[in-house]
Amino acid sequence: MLLNQFLLLGAVLFCIGVYGVLVRRNGVMVLMSIELILNAVNINLVAFGTHLQQATGQAFALFVIPIAAAEVAVGLAIVLMIYRNRRSIDVDSLDEMKG
Amino acid sequence: MPEAVLLGGEQTTTAVEWVVFIIAATTTLLGSFGVIMARNPVHAALSLVGSLFSVAVLFLNQGAEFLAAVQVIVYTGAIVILILFVLMLLGIDTEEDLEDEPLRGQMPVAVGIGVLLTASVFALTQLVGFDVVTGTPEVTAAIRDDMPNINQIGRLLFTDFVVATQLAGVMLTVAVVGAVVMARRPREYQPIPEPESMDAPLSLDPTDQGADNGAEVAD
Amino acid sequence: MELFPSDAVFTPDVSWVALWPMVVMALGGLLLLTISSLGKGRIPRPFYALWAVLTSVGSFITAIPLWAQVHGWEDAVLWYDPEVDPTGPFSTVGGVIAADGFSVFLTMLIAVSMVAVVLVIEAYLDREQDRFPEMFALTMFAALGGMVMVSANDLIVLLLGLETLSVAAYVLAAMDLRRVQSQEAGFKYFVLGAFSSAFFLYGIAFIYGATGGTGLVHITDFLAANVLLGSSGLMLLLGLGLLIVGFAFKVALVPFHSWSPDVYDGTPSPLVTFMSSVVKVAAFAGMLRVLVMAFESAGADWRPVIQGLAVLSLVGGALGAIVQSNVKRLLAYSSISHAGFILLGVEAASDVGTAAVVIYLTAYSALVIGSFTVVTLVARSGDRLHTLTDYQGLGRTSPLVAGLFTFFLLAQAGVPFTAGFYAKFSAVIAAVDAGTAWLAAVAMLSAVIAAYLYLRLVVTMWFVDPAAETDTSHVGVPAAAGIALAGCAAAVLWIGIFPNTLTDWAERSVPAVVQPAPPNLVESGDEADADVEFEVGPDGMPGMPGPMPGEMDFGELDLESLGIDPAELEAMLEGGDLGFDVDVEFEDPPG
Repeated sequence: MLLNQFLLLGAVLFCIGVYGVLVRRNGVMVLMSIELILNAVNINLVAFGTHLQQATGQAFALFVIPIAAAEVAVGLAIVLMIYRNRRSIDVDSLDEMKG
Repeated sequence: MPEAVLLGGEQTTTAVEWVVFIIAATTTLLGSFGVIMARNPVHAALSLVGSLFSVAVLFLNQGAEFLAAVQVIVYTGAIVILILFVLMLLGIDTEEDLEDEPLRGQMPVAVGIGVLLTASVFALTQLVGFDVVTGTPEVTAAIRDDMPNINQIGRLLFTDFVVATQLAGVMLTVAVVGAVVMARRPREYQPIPEPESMDAPLSLDPTDQGADNGAEVAD
Repeated sequence: MELFPSDAVFTPDVSWVALWPMVVMALGGLLLLTISSLGKGRIPRPFYALWAVLTSVGSFITAIPLWAQVHGWEDAVLWYDPEVDPTGPFSTVGGVIAADGFSVFLTMLIAVSMVAVVLVIEAYLDREQDRFPEMFALTMFAALGGMVMVSANDLIVLLLGLETLSVAAYVLAAMDLRRVQSQEAGFKYFVLGAFSSAFFLYGIAFIYGATGGTGLVHITDFLAANVLLGSSGLMLLLGLGLLIVGFAFKVALVPFHSWSPDVYDGTPSPLVTFMSSVVKVAAFAGMLRVLVMAFESAGADWRPVIQGLAVLSLVGGALGAIVQSNVKRLLAYSSISHAGFILLGVEAASDVGTAAVVIYLTAYSALVIGSFTVVTLVARSGDRLHTLTDYQGLGRTSPLVAGLFTFFLLAQAGVPFTAGFYAKFSAVIAAVDAGTAWLAAVAMLSAVIAAYLYLRLVVTMWFVDPAAETDTSHVGVPAAAGIALAGCAAAVLWIGIFPNTLTDWAERSVPAVVQPAPPNLVESGDEADADVEFEVGPDGMPGMPGPMPGEMDFGELDLESLGIDPAELEAMLEGGDLGFDVDVEFEDPPG
């Protein structure tokens, strides 16, 4: 079974997702990037599970999917609200990014 | 743990697995690059479908049939459709300018994190050689050949993971309630204007007040 | 060779007494949703507030027998499960939910905080003429997530508790439908929260890969039995690092704090009381249990990281607050600085440190709930007056509110005979006790800087004349908010003047490493024909969930309904090829 290759793929996918979250400005695109990150995690979990010969990894990955679904539902609802009030979902027009 | 080393380390990788892995991994990465590079959000969403579908193929490659099915049904069937639906509803499938850097210094930070993380995982897997060493796997939930994948996962969900399963239900309830609460727009609400300390809103059309769904807005 | 047939199901041992606080909270929230959807607005909103308060109180009451049970006060246990050992901490449902002093105390703290939070929300909704009770339901579900987090003994359960809490908190932050800042706060909180959850998850994945399990007890055992060398160790550390990043985002530690002032500013003020009390309690509890309990033996690896985060948060929080002109942002920075103090207790990685964290979390909850209740009241209708200008002359127009705010602010600054002083004192003692006196010195220095910002606010309220645009109308205190304020003030005074009781409780609130109870076998029939007792080695045994070293008594089993042929079993026993010791007494010896 392949393990290292899967871990590397997961790491690359994770980084692509992180890049997307940090760089994309469209709120919906940020959501999609988060999906990529969660998929990277799932790839890792399944690869580890197979390597360890446990079904735990797959069961764990099965919990990541509802987490992703819940986050997307709430995230999209917030995006929708902002768009109604603002007519824009450009994350960087979200005012005081003073920190 | 002699058993673990035997199971983990000495398994053979067939040529088919390699071929499938290479193809699926390539399409996964291509799709994910599409997500972060595409100027048009709809194109990005379609790339996301490709990427997620390839991940499902990878799951199959690893013997996780049930998870592969769930991946296709939930991600490509529900989540991406939802995203596309919102994109269409709002009519915000306009292109964005990627050259214009949104926040100063974010791009280098993102690249930095990426390089660092990939390098460390690469070092882990390649230089140190992860394959030989492994943790003590809990003997629990060992993958068995005499039982279908879905049965094993079902058993786990209702024995070892029963608390997590219930909690996932609560979490989804919260998400549903939250989405409904925010999608609702009571007519008696008058928006409170933003204080002067904030940037002027891009456009706040007063005729938009009664719009109960974004469809009217998407013009 | 497997003893059990392939379709035997092992169900985890469930001790309901440990689950009642969570079950009450979950049922309360679900019933509230049901009632509100059936009532269609005919039921007055105060009913829902009362419902939420009663649920929280019920949750607290069900935790009391558990508190007695984990301390082995057998006489005081009202009802206890004879299945579990009544004289100490235990874990249940396959070991994923821990019941020890730590989890029970913090569950109680969350329940009590919830009462105050619900009262403040009710006062706010009443002022804003809002009829909708979903805010109560969402805070209740979030509190449930928090209770799960403080008792989670497994990373998966911890993660799901965290997500339940976070998803509810994102919605709560965006809940003010009238103000776009609220939705922006929600979105910012959401993006960074989801981002941090992703780091958290990635970390868990690596820890799972390195140790082969997600149970905290399993990780402890793994670390005790293995030297962290090679790639397995590196991978574990990578996972731990990602986990710490995830926690740092959640509790807003410098440099992962930038969301916190924006989110505090945009979120409806009464919900900030929730975000800064329950959310922080749960996140710190999870962090402490993972780091101090599960990764105790890897302390040399994570303690420097936590020390660095503590220094940055202490200094960054105090300095960042100085330039703020918005009271909510100012208090957000002050809570970053408080988080730095709490890290002192985490970093100590000792029982003293754990007690300090518990004391600090208790005192801090009372302080922030009190402070943000005042902020809610002063913001007036529309929840919009948050600048320092709006607080000018408050001492003259509304002396009661200004006086209470002054009291809470001075307590946060650490004035003696208040909870703030005692909490800071415990944290510093813990740091010195752990041999990091330099960190204690940094903490005290930052407390001096932070005192400046609290005093600035106090001076603004009492000694600055109101500006032309300041709303000088009297700030009334509604009954609900008044109860919450009185409770918080009483708690702050009580902890400050009589700290011994809380110290005693906090010292009992130590997370315990407890091995899971053996699971039950579902298909045990009525006609028992063998008394089976196993002695299982450290590897567990084939076909059984979980490595469970030690003796395990399966009691009387009906072998035939299990598909085991007694004669075959007898042969296996004699052959000695089972791989573990088993002692079977046959009632009716085969052959």
